[in-house]
Amino acid sequence: MLIKNLTNMCVGESAQVALLLNKGSIRTRLEDLGLIPGTRIHCIHKSPYGDPVAYEIRGAVIALRSDDAKGVLLNNND
Amino acid sequence: MIKLNDSERIIALAGNPNVGKSTVFNYLTGMKQHTGNWAGKTVVNARGRYCFNNRDYILVDLPGTYSITAHSAEEEVARDFILNGGADATIVVCDATCLERNLNLVMQIMEITPNAIVCANLLDEAEKKSITIDIQALEKELGIPVVGTSARSGKGLTELMKRVEEVCAGTGARLTETAPLLNTSEIRWKNAERIASKVCIGCKTCSGCGKCGTSSVLNKRDRKLDKILTSRLTGIPIMLALLCIVFWITVTGAQYPSDLLFKVLFWVGDRLAALLHWFNVPEWFNELIIMGVYRVLAWVVAVMLPPMAIFFPLFTLLEDFGYLPRVAFNLDHHFKKAKACGKQALTMCMGFGCNAAGVTGCRIIDSPRERLIAIITNNFVICNGRFPTLIAIISMFFVGMAGGVFDTLLSALILTGVIILGVILTFLISRLLSETILKGEPSSFTLELPPYRTPQIGRVIVRSVFDRTLFVLGRAVAVAVPAGLVIWLLANIKAGDISLLNHCSSFIDPFARIFGLDGVILLAFILGFPANEIVFPIIIMSYMSAGSILEIESLTELRALLTNNGWTWVTAVSTMMFCLCHWPCSTACLTIKKETGGVKWVGVSMLVPTVTGLIICFIFTTAVRLSGLI
Repeated sequence: MLIKNLTNMCVGESAQVALLLNKGSIRTRLEDLGLIPGTRIHCIHKSPYGDPVAYEIRGAVIALRSDDAKGVLLNNND
Repeated sequence: MIKLNDSERIIALAGNPNVGKSTVFNYLTGMKQHTGNWAGKTVVNARGRYCFNNRDYILVDLPGTYSITAHSAEEEVARDFILNGGADATIVVCDATCLERNLNLVMQIMEITPNAIVCANLLDEAEKKSITIDIQALEKELGIPVVGTSARSGKGLTELMKRVEEVCAGTGARLTETAPLLNTSEIRWKNAERIASKVCIGCKTCSGCGKCGTSSVLNKRDRKLDKILTSRLTGIPIMLALLCIVFWITVTGAQYPSDLLFKVLFWVGDRLAALLHWFNVPEWFNELIIMGVYRVLAWVVAVMLPPMAIFFPLFTLLEDFGYLPRVAFNLDHHFKKAKACGKQALTMCMGFGCNAAGVTGCRIIDSPRERLIAIITNNFVICNGRFPTLIAIISMFFVGMAGGVFDTLLSALILTGVIILGVILTFLISRLLSETILKGEPSSFTLELPPYRTPQIGRVIVRSVFDRTLFVLGRAVAVAVPAGLVIWLLANIKAGDISLLNHCSSFIDPFARIFGLDGVILLAFILGFPANEIVFPIIIMSYMSAGSILEIESLTELRALLTNNGWTWVTAVSTMMFCLCHWPCSTACLTIKKETGGVKWVGVSMLVPTVTGLIICFIFTTAVRLSGLI
């Protein structure tokens, strides 16, 4: 079974965070934004070149580059 | 600002970005700190005072952060101040429309200080979204005072001051123990979810309430706007169009007031000269004051004031609306390619006003390498000190001076072109720096796209005119007066038959001609180091000292003065290019030294744009000469 990460999400989709693989300061930063296992995240829209992508995390719209979004794994069950 | 006496209390103001912290600060202190709708607006601790019940309070506005676990410079500043800065109490401003997200910071702050007060702000916006916050329940859950406010209208702020007084006096609710950042973020968030689900009624954005599966569209209007402003098809074209429209309105709107100011100020100058004459003031002194100091001053005011008074409010409107982070979102792809940070776009936007402000703004970039890149390349953004020079050259040499709709539109288009060239150079030079002296890979970052807000038009205009326009003009005038004096002396003290100014300019003339400039222009840029605003007045004065024209009352006469001194369209283009790319002004250089902590990076920041400018001018001039166009 393929494990999905944030970059696999289509615009309009929503999913639940399973695990963060990011290391270092970006991990803390994502956690500070409320991105922890169990958090629901929505893919809102893509920038003109497709990267970065804006996600809704706990009511805030946050743009992430694909390099960072790759590390956020999602639950497969929805 | 330090304590005047022991009875004063120091209050820290913390909170996530975009929760109205600056609005609370301004309302309480009556200060006019500029507020903007994007994360990172407050990069320095602003301080202000307010008085409540005969006691003075010093309010310190900390940078907006999501956390104080200190992985960036601004978060470290915030944490250190709350912990060691001697704050008697800390107000944590929260956004009532998404309380859960804000509770993480509240809990972190509660872990390091017992004297915290929560200010649940933006209650008016929450009401619009049918969200109610049970303030009492929240207070009970947290164990610290909670005050509901709408800072824009000032609602609840008296209550806030009262609760702050209680906490400082030790009579308010306070925590009995703190646990210095011991909790993991998972524990804090679970706690936040639990509390938010209890106290927020009608909120659909928190994950605790279990309704979030249905909230994929958080704010329909915002998402629609984002679709238009950041989509593949329309994102970039709209951005360029907006830039062009802003310039068009600026150029068109500034034309008539500028002409009028010229006429009025020069008429006043003539009367002043007559008056001095009547008082039998020595002729040389009369000339020094009127031709030297007054004329430079009049030029700076007439040429700078109208465009700035139009440009700043327009730009501030876009800023308040929340458009700037979208620009960063649209352009990030290019910054990533240049191995730089997407937030560099925000620092560039600040550079439009003043490069020194842009350099200070680079603090929002966490990676030291990417911050240096942003600082070094900030000068490729035309600051308002350079706009008037460009606009004047464009309207004299490339657009008819009749000033019709098409003329001004063409001016705006050319100006936009110059800005775009500056942006392209920023990408190229950033890339070059990333490959050479600042080698490295792009680091991780998050960019918040705040909700769009309807700008408060009246306040924006008043603010931007008084705070930015007059401030910048004041600085320009302060530099113009001594500079006018020195330059007039240089132009009129003769060594042999030729003035000192002409000696200098003819000395560097052969060198300058290689780049399509002449000695006078290059000397003007060198003497304009204190402030870019005075570059053009220096050029005029140098030419006038040669005695061709004595009265400059309009752009037509100015053009005649320039062409009489050998200006062609090639000179005009080269001057514009060199105006875009040369060393930063003295203020910007001092700021760079302060921000980078060393002379080395000031040197790099001066060399990089200068060399770039010389190369561009050389290639352009040589190409034109070889092709036989002149």
